[in-house]
Amino acid sequence: MSKGVAITGMGIISAIGNNVQENYDSLISGKAGISKISHIETIHADEIMVGEIKIPNTEFEEQLGLSKNSYSRSPILGIIAAKEALAQAGISDINDFKTGLISSTTVGGMDKSEQYFHEYFESNNNWQHINGLHAGDSTKKIADAIGLKESFMTTISTACSSAANAIMLGARMIKSGKLERVVVGGTDALSKFTINGFKTLMILSDTYNTPFDENRKGLNLGEAGAFLVLESESIIEREKREVLAYVKGFGNANDAFHQTASSDNGDGAVLAMEKALKVAGLKPDEIDYINAHGTATPNNDLSEGRALQRVFGKGKVPEFSSTKAYTGHTLAVAGGVEAIYSVLALQNNCIYPNLNFKTPMKEFDLLPQKEVKEKELNHVLSNSFGFGGNCSTLIISKEA
Amino acid sequence: MNKSVYINSIGSVSVQKTFDNSEFLNEITIYNDTVASVLNPDYKAYIPPAQARRMAKGIKMSTVSSQTALREAGLENVDAIIVGTGLGCIGDSVKFVRDIIDNDEQFLTPTRFIQSSHNTVSGQIALGIGCKGYNFTYVHAAVSFESSLIDAKMQLENDEAKNILVGGVDEMVKYHVDTHRLIGHIKSEPADSTKLLTSNTKGSVMGEGSHFFVLSNEKQESTYAELVGVETYNSISQENIPNKIESFLEEHHSAVDDLDLVILGNNGDVDFDGYYEGLSTGLFKDRPQAYYKHLSSEFDTASGFAFWLSAKILKMQTIPEVVKLNEIEVSNPLKILIYNQYRGENHSLMLLRKC
Repeated sequence: MSKGVAITGMGIISAIGNNVQENYDSLISGKAGISKISHIETIHADEIMVGEIKIPNTEFEEQLGLSKNSYSRSPILGIIAAKEALAQAGISDINDFKTGLISSTTVGGMDKSEQYFHEYFESNNNWQHINGLHAGDSTKKIADAIGLKESFMTTISTACSSAANAIMLGARMIKSGKLERVVVGGTDALSKFTINGFKTLMILSDTYNTPFDENRKGLNLGEAGAFLVLESESIIEREKREVLAYVKGFGNANDAFHQTASSDNGDGAVLAMEKALKVAGLKPDEIDYINAHGTATPNNDLSEGRALQRVFGKGKVPEFSSTKAYTGHTLAVAGGVEAIYSVLALQNNCIYPNLNFKTPMKEFDLLPQKEVKEKELNHVLSNSFGFGGNCSTLIISKEA
Repeated sequence: MNKSVYINSIGSVSVQKTFDNSEFLNEITIYNDTVASVLNPDYKAYIPPAQARRMAKGIKMSTVSSQTALREAGLENVDAIIVGTGLGCIGDSVKFVRDIIDNDEQFLTPTRFIQSSHNTVSGQIALGIGCKGYNFTYVHAAVSFESSLIDAKMQLENDEAKNILVGGVDEMVKYHVDTHRLIGHIKSEPADSTKLLTSNTKGSVMGEGSHFFVLSNEKQESTYAELVGVETYNSISQENIPNKIESFLEEHHSAVDDLDLVILGNNGDVDFDGYYEGLSTGLFKDRPQAYYKHLSSEFDTASGFAFWLSAKILKMQTIPEVVKLNEIEVSNPLKILIYNQYRGENHSLMLLRKC
């Protein structure tokens, strides 16, 4: 269990860019992707803001050579991200090493299921989407698009920590020698289902989300596809691959407090961060930057803030920011999006600003990073928390 | 050195009477339908009635099967909870979508949305026993349960955990049945479960169930069997299946001739049972064979029933007549291979042995 897990490729499409470079450019220029919703008809359109990718499915279908309305949006976003990741890693034959695919999603093909919910019984025009309600169906479509055969493939759904958990499983399988290479990440499209679900929980902001601000009003939902290629050290040596960064630590724990809310003191979050530090063999003061979960809901930011203070010590929390003000909360994919942002931070020795922050929270003196900051970074910690008390932490590092 | 992994306890709620661990398929329920619903245990003995009313069926079934498994293992808590489910609490998801559409996105309440989250069962079990450990949910169609086993086995082998509660659960709801019958995945005419394999019709008989197990790297008195290996494949061509099986067995220092029983996932779908029939008359023609989907019916985590069946056979040292697929007898079954696939995809192999 001492083998290094190298990240050799990344791919992403989000509200702030259609590829890795565009995402990075938006991050350092402070360009958020939050807007009014345009692709989904909803009566809440005037009361919510979202992190929406403005390209319609029809354009993606043309780009990917898919027949019209054959795939729902989640697999489409996933395919785009997975292909970019494999191209960056320089992989032309996915089956040349023992490779796996671990994806994650919360909604899968829900955008189509809700659209044709009653229509399925009236005509067979859109029956191609019936099986899309299975979360695993989006993963299968990604596997088909990248040509993966006779291989390990699975899907994780632990709400908003899903992609972080996909990365964690992938890293563990490489460390244990079960796989030599694994494509990990997630994909989630916007849907009426999640818009209305979070609306009933009363945690959607009607304006730009403001993580860790005293006057935060809730989250903006987002959509994204994000994948990373993880490879074993033996592949790196044999293929002379360029390594972008390493998955150095990971930890998952359960808050066991409430189905949808985090505990006041962030017990689960503390456990997840402590486990990740232990796996990485690092002390808290060795972490140079924290990409926080920071959804901008009253509950999350308080609980996470307290957890950060418990793990790092009062007054000793390193620079941190949430990038949800850029992308919105991309649900299952958030951990994948933010793992990629963590790698980019390491590569560029740069910390992203926590946009929209004005007023410190009254419960503690934590101040997120407000401006772009250049700093030598070696270890970045990224948090992702989800329903069901699910808490995950990844540590991404320059060295194995 | 990897540690061995043991199945220390079992718990099952299925369309057969399996919830009582002191019995072993003593009475069989025969179905002549296109669907089969769980035989409900006495939920009141496990869940306060006020709570049970709001609970999704999948959570109720899993409360019973997970508590049964924990009790039999003599545990109040575990180091990790890992659940596989093809569809999660699909009943609540469907109701929430229906409410959104039929009420034009108004007058909605959060309960159904909350229970729609795929990891509701694993989260609820953690909440119930106060387990702050690792908590994962796999949602990959017919290998959801196997993904959980792979994860658990890796942690136990590496001694990252001592006891892990692993399960597979899927509930059946009308909307899902109706839509999947439209696309031919579910039979359009009833099949007699005693003659399932000769139904000669397309699609399967859809059902539901919840199977939980405590896996551990320490053997104890309650131990059923050792989990030797588990592997999944997103695709395999029909011709290449025997090769894959042989190399899987070889990896685990076994061979076809060592197998005392092969459990196959035939579900009576005339389009896809060929995958199994090819093995029955080919690679496994001299091995004792069994099947189970005439008892469990088909659902994403139906292989949890096969895992339950294998554990039970290895502990009781008896193979119930009702599961036998051929005439070859075995007096003391020591090693069992389970092979499953669904509609030609998501193939899985699980190897268990008596210990």
